[in-house]
Amino acid sequence: MAELAWVAAALPFFSFLIQVFITGPTRRRGDWVGIIATAASFILSIGVLLETTAGVRTGSSFLWATMGDRTFRFGYHVDALTGVMLVVVALVSLMVHLFSLGYMEGDVRYGRYYTILSLFTFSMLGLLLADNFLQLFVFWELVGLCSFLLIGHWYEEKANSNAAMKAFLTTRVGDIGMAIGIFLLYSATGTLQFEEVWHSVSAGLLTPATITAVSLLLFAGAVGKSAQFPLHVWLPDAMAGPTPVSALIHAATMVAAGVYLVARSFPLFSASPTAMYWVAAIGGFTAFFAATIALVQEDIKKVLAYSTISQLGYMFLGLGSGSLVAGTFHLMTQAFFKSLLFLASGSVIHALHTQNLHEMGGLYRRMRWTAWTWIIGSLAMAGVPPLSGFWSKDEVLLAAYHSGRPLLFWLGLITALLTAFYITRATWLAFFGRPRDEEKFRHAHEGDWRFKLPLGVLAIMAAFSGFVGSSWFGHPFTHWMETTLPSGFHLVELEPAGIVQLLALAAAVLGILLGWLVYGAGVVSRSALIRAAGPVYTLLKRKYYLDELYGWLFVRTTVALSWVVSVFDRYIVDGIVNLIAWFSTQLSFATGDFDRSVIDGAVNGVGAAFSAGSQVLRRAQTGYVGAYLLVLLGAMAAGLLVLAFIVD
Amino acid sequence: MLTALVFLPLVGSLLLLLLPQENKPALRGVATFFAAVELLLSLVLLARFAPSQAEMQFVEKYAWIPSLGISYHLGVDGVSLALVVMTALVTLLAAVASYSIQERVKLFYSLLLLLETGMLGVFVALDYILFYVFWELVLVPMYFLIGIWGGPRRQYAAIKFFIYTLAGSVIMLVGIIALYFSAGMGTFDIIELQQAGATLGSRLQWWIFLAFFLGFAVKVPIFPFHTWLPDAHVEAPTGGSMILAGVLLKMGTYGFYRISLPTLPDGAQAFALLLATLGVINIIYGALAAMAQKDLKRMVAYSSISHMGFVMLGLAAMTPRSISGAVFVMLSHGLISPLLFFLVGSVFYERTHTRMIDELGGLYNKMPLASVVMAFGIFANLGLPGLSGFVGEFATLLGSFDVFRTLVIVGSLGLIITAAYHLWMMQRVLMGEASSAGGLGKLPDINRRELLVAVPLMALVLFLGVYPAPTFELFNTAVLRLQNLMQLASLGGGI
Repeated sequence: MAELAWVAAALPFFSFLIQVFITGPTRRRGDWVGIIATAASFILSIGVLLETTAGVRTGSSFLWATMGDRTFRFGYHVDALTGVMLVVVALVSLMVHLFSLGYMEGDVRYGRYYTILSLFTFSMLGLLLADNFLQLFVFWELVGLCSFLLIGHWYEEKANSNAAMKAFLTTRVGDIGMAIGIFLLYSATGTLQFEEVWHSVSAGLLTPATITAVSLLLFAGAVGKSAQFPLHVWLPDAMAGPTPVSALIHAATMVAAGVYLVARSFPLFSASPTAMYWVAAIGGFTAFFAATIALVQEDIKKVLAYSTISQLGYMFLGLGSGSLVAGTFHLMTQAFFKSLLFLASGSVIHALHTQNLHEMGGLYRRMRWTAWTWIIGSLAMAGVPPLSGFWSKDEVLLAAYHSGRPLLFWLGLITALLTAFYITRATWLAFFGRPRDEEKFRHAHEGDWRFKLPLGVLAIMAAFSGFVGSSWFGHPFTHWMETTLPSGFHLVELEPAGIVQLLALAAAVLGILLGWLVYGAGVVSRSALIRAAGPVYTLLKRKYYLDELYGWLFVRTTVALSWVVSVFDRYIVDGIVNLIAWFSTQLSFATGDFDRSVIDGAVNGVGAAFSAGSQVLRRAQTGYVGAYLLVLLGAMAAGLLVLAFIVD
Repeated sequence: MLTALVFLPLVGSLLLLLLPQENKPALRGVATFFAAVELLLSLVLLARFAPSQAEMQFVEKYAWIPSLGISYHLGVDGVSLALVVMTALVTLLAAVASYSIQERVKLFYSLLLLLETGMLGVFVALDYILFYVFWELVLVPMYFLIGIWGGPRRQYAAIKFFIYTLAGSVIMLVGIIALYFSAGMGTFDIIELQQAGATLGSRLQWWIFLAFFLGFAVKVPIFPFHTWLPDAHVEAPTGGSMILAGVLLKMGTYGFYRISLPTLPDGAQAFALLLATLGVINIIYGALAAMAQKDLKRMVAYSSISHMGFVMLGLAAMTPRSISGAVFVMLSHGLISPLLFFLVGSVFYERTHTRMIDELGGLYNKMPLASVVMAFGIFANLGLPGLSGFVGEFATLLGSFDVFRTLVIVGSLGLIITAAYHLWMMQRVLMGEASSAGGLGKLPDINRRELLVAVPLMALVLFLGVYPAPTFELFNTAVLRLQNLMQLASLGGGI
């Protein structure tokens, strides 16, 4: 089965081709082609997971290009990390395919939507299967393309196309860093194949400085893709896309690709303490930073978007603290509970036609299924045992605790509290209390099976998937990850610390309790809280003014610079050209004689050309075609003269 | 074989002159027939070509003016053959794209085929004088194509193009003659003079390299010799733009590959940093200038300048991978830029009657299929992996990294600007609500003939991007041979 892993990626690709060329992007029935292909990919992925977790590692590759004297290969590689990721991606993609049947029904570009969904699934699976950095980069860009196309799905609105553009360009900033990292890596090792690079690292062929530089440059790509500070600004705007897309691409899979990159390159990163420190620091800071913004968002999708940024930061905190298990484990559980939360919010948005939390309220009474699955997802994220997030968050905090960076540990802990608080806030505002918009509330209703089935499946995963990494079952996830490392590398066994578990649990409970006190019981009034926070509230509301800052610093300056360049080009560079032409026209008027000027000019060829040119310039006004031929003859004569001159 | 290849279009060109002026379909048909046969012929060559063989193939050599050592010498290696096939393809598609031309159809197609003879001649000539004749021959028909069928400022643009390139090539001629005399071998043969490279003094090489540089730089065009290009493109008819961007610019970079690098290795070494720096200036400057343009054709023209910067960077780095990358960019840009010029100059313009970005908008909804083709072209041009642009740029940057580390990093940053102006244009032209250009309702979508032009280009862009191995295979041997020549020369110079 593991040898057939590449088929899992090929199936959605065929589905894409079928939808482009046969069912046609504007007609229906492409949807089920995509669903069947993704389902088949999912079944295959399970097979791959079962085999790879039993210790199977396999792969193969073919020659993709020989550039001059160097060869580059494409292929696939599977191990337990790939297996886990394949299952996560294929399952979430399948659920999103199903959910979209209802959510996107009647959309003007229904066919286009499903076509790109297939292309995305193919690209994402291809990214996971890559056995070298070049191939990874290729698919890395392709998922970015799909993200761009789907964020801009309703491109009639300027805000949506702006968001799509912002996403593509912001991530590209990171991607360029990643590309330079790849160049540097290739320059140092002469290969881009993962296995060979790891070998070079363990054999000590790279200097520590090179390892650090390559790691940090690759990490720049991850910072862009996984929306980490300071390149996080695109993800909240990306919510302009259809909600199922947010669940798939901007919560569970593509944004996790950055985490996957660091996890996949763990043999490289872990060889550089400096790089590891920065991964942990950026991750820890982003986790806290984004959680603070999530506190004040009014748009339910924006809450989830900042939450995603924050949780991705958590993963980097885990990886940077030296724990491959913590980062990848949290990646998996977050994929389930966050895509669940997004789809549940989609269900609400579909029913109410609003994303504003302040226009919701009391929905529990009308949408039980959605409410319960949302609650499961939010409890999982808050870290309530025994749901999945509890186990993985614990693992991250444990890693941070043992890494000897107390600041990052406490930052992670505070983030856990904030997380529990803001998700309780959102839960209460949406599902409990009095309905704040009676009109919308009256029309709200639960969707059919197309909504319920994906929510149910993901709720089960959000609840129970954490057990694969739980101490109750002997940490199977840790053993899986152990098998993915090349020989010579070992996982650091983290000693369980009761204090960490206790603090994490306390943070979750306290956060939920505070949230309930403010938004549920109304013990503290919201407006009083906002007044007390004062400027801090404004700062959070304006997202630390980073959009404004970037707008001035990068967008406006680039546009202004481009304007300066084009003016310079037109009036200086081209001005000089026209000046020379004008000058030689004057010159030839002075001599007044075409032939003489040619002969004079023939001594130095440049002069001849321009003098002849000036004559034609003058004659061109008459529009007489024959004059042009004279120019040619003149030039030929000049050439022959020069020739004769030298032959003599 | 090569003689037939080069002169068949000339035969077609003359034949067209004998046909009656009025029967436009017949004129178009005959021209298309000749261009198609030409493409078939080039494909036959491609099939019979042995990529692993380092020597020139299909060689024809006859004495021409023996007293001066001028010969009629033709031959191809992998690089020139790839360019020959590309030229034949682009010319055929330009012929089909120009069916909408109604005035002086006979003269138009006659000049187009004459142009093809000139271009192919440049790529297969192995004698300096022959090379120069073909080089100049290209100027004349292109001059008339712009001057007669061009836009409102065609006179200015045509003359600027003509004079500028002529000035460059006259200097190149001086370089040829200087090389002839200083080598003292009594031959104008390009291949034989390559052997002479090592024997020339560095100082002399420097001067001759400069002369060739000026000739080629105008053609590429390299900053600051580029301002003729946007004017020529904006005014040229679509078919002319396609050939201008697709093929003519490559004549300049081909000159560096065929002549400057192998023949004057010391000069090339001395100029390498300058060339690479100018290449990176081209990339950044072209991209920034493109961003500010309001006219779509002008924007695509500046993007061509930007892309040719990659070719220069790759050639200047002189590693096998960077040169292979540069050649790949030449081919890739030779497919993508004709596609874009065809779309903005014909498909869009004929329906909306404007090329101004501000006047366009919402084309996705007004002509869906044409817009999807445009989006394809945009992503190909901004270097999306899976399409040909990425492969060449990646190979070029990767191959140049060891030689010009800082320049490669700066050039890579240019890729952000490249993405930015493409997407910004896409947003304003394709996305959004329908604008009033060409009416508010739907416009007729891309038609069958237009698809016939666009689809082959798209298919090749995709093929080169998805599986580049066979294409690299075609010219790798030639690139390695160049590398050997230069290494031998530098060794010889050292002794």
